Amino acid sequence: MSEAMVEVRGVHKSYAGVEVLKGVDLTVNRGEVTCLIGPSGSGKSTLLRCINHLEKHDAGELRVDGDLVGYEARNGKLYELNDKAICEKRSHIGMVFQRFNLFQHLTVLENITVGQTQVKNVDRDVARTKARELLKRVGLEGKEKHYPSQLSGGQQQRVAIARALAMEPKLMLFDEPTSALDPELVGEVLDVMKDLARSGMTMIVVTHEMGFAREVADTVYFLDGGVIEESGDPREVLLSPSSERLKNFLSKVL
Amino acid sequence: MSANGDVAVKVVPVRHVGRWIGLAAVSVLLAMLIHTLFFQVSSAKQACTLTNGVRVCHGVKVWRFQWDVVGQYFFTSEVLHGLLITVELTVISMIIGILLGMTIAVMRMSPNRVLSSLAWSYTWFFRGTPVLVQLVFWAFIGLLYPHLTIGIPFTHLAFVHIHVNVALTPFEAVFIGLGLNEGAYMSEIARSGLISVDEGQIEAASSLGMTRRQTLRLVVIPQAMRVIIPPTGNEVISMLKTTSLASAVGVLELFGAVENVYATNYKIMPLLVVASIWYLIVTTVLSIGQFYLERRFARGALRTPPPTPIQRLRADLRGIGSKFRTKRGVAEVSA
Repeated sequence: MSEAMVEVRGVHKSYAGVEVLKGVDLTVNRGEVTCLIGPSGSGKSTLLRCINHLEKHDAGELRVDGDLVGYEARNGKLYELNDKAICEKRSHIGMVFQRFNLFQHLTVLENITVGQTQVKNVDRDVARTKARELLKRVGLEGKEKHYPSQLSGGQQQRVAIARALAMEPKLMLFDEPTSALDPELVGEVLDVMKDLARSGMTMIVVTHEMGFAREVADTVYFLDGGVIEESGDPREVLLSPSSERLKNFLSKVL
Repeated sequence: MSANGDVAVKVVPVRHVGRWIGLAAVSVLLAMLIHTLFFQVSSAKQACTLTNGVRVCHGVKVWRFQWDVVGQYFFTSEVLHGLLITVELTVISMIIGILLGMTIAVMRMSPNRVLSSLAWSYTWFFRGTPVLVQLVFWAFIGLLYPHLTIGIPFTHLAFVHIHVNVALTPFEAVFIGLGLNEGAYMSEIARSGLISVDEGQIEAASSLGMTRRQTLRLVVIPQAMRVIIPPTGNEVISMLKTTSLASAVGVLELFGAVENVYATNYKIMPLLVVASIWYLIVTTVLSIGQFYLERRFARGALRTPPPTPIQRLRADLRGIGSKFRTKRGVAEVSA
């Protein structure tokens, strides 16, 4: 088993003729927290979405846990996998969205059990027990019967994290998890994420929270214009940036 | 002047003269309506009696709408049987229509171009021709295809061979015709529901590893229902009345049944009233059903669901009760 959980080599991606990713390389080791920072439109979210094949990349190689994502290599060619096979691979990669995307018609408990029972065929009672444990872990005991619309943004995002964790993923992707939150609610979500990082989860986080990146990340990647401009230890990268563009970016967000 | 020296200015509310005039006009119209509906008017008929050898005649007063005749026919077996056929046709046609509509909507949104153009063509054809024409077409399909054969196309190998005129009764022809036509309309309603569901919901389902089919069944359709139900309720009520076209191909549903009756006794108006009242009753029942169905599928969409009419009535009564109690309480204190 290799040390790397995610390996990205020369990944390209275009939307309608506009190249969003222009050859990105990135490695995330097991148990590490990686933060992707950069101005909007730099391709951070696209890169994240390519990792669990929500977007198809056009060129390059993308491996999660040693496996190609969305493709199968045979006789020197890449064959796109069918829906079912891709879904199986995705079920091992958790994702948390900027806008939470909780299932509005399901209660908090149902949101956390639906993936377990329907995708992993876990017994309903086992799924419920697990859901309650996770709710306790994200500090939302007693909210089982609420609907997402009855919760605050911070609470919804914590449910979304619990929903992703219920699938027992080997990798968690966070797409600007605190950007849609009121400032006073950001902390409660970041605390859950810090706790998750301490537990040894491999995480890739697209974020504008520089404090979080500095404190929690093992590696920070700065994307700009579809390429990785600078990367490394957050204390070095964020405190003494070498490129002009990162200096410029940091002066705006800090 | 009040205690702290402010001048207390009295507020005079706006006088809504127009409202009072409107109320008066509506009252007169309502009185006229009640009068024409329920008061007896003198008719050309005369009733004569012989008393002590003297023949006394006087005009008979009758209801314009002949309520006595309405009452006489309201529960007759022809009418009730027609009502049953109407309800059956509505239910079966709508079930076909909804299932077909859902399927066509999903096909229409499929990335597969063959499926989506097939779905588009279906809607184009069945929406583009009158439903009455379609009903007559299905009723006389035997003229076009006297035999129905299931076998291998373009060969003489047949597994099943059916005489269409024997196999397809007019009743079946009607629900097939209405159902296929309804499918075209329902597909557009279902499609509007499906596209109303936020893209993020589908992404979240995918990220949990749900297949396209699971996403549709567990996430998209339950949320689309909130948008789909109100116009579907409309379609059901519309279908209830469209079934009256079945009388054109000899199926005696409610309208056909009363038509049959008034063809022999010429009591056209009262029998139309009989049919109308039954249509209104069924529509009312359906509307109540729609209300509760909407409430069921609104789960999670609203922080507090609106109260049911019964809950509202209870709350109102409680309100009146408490007001009554306080008034009495005040009266007791002042006494």
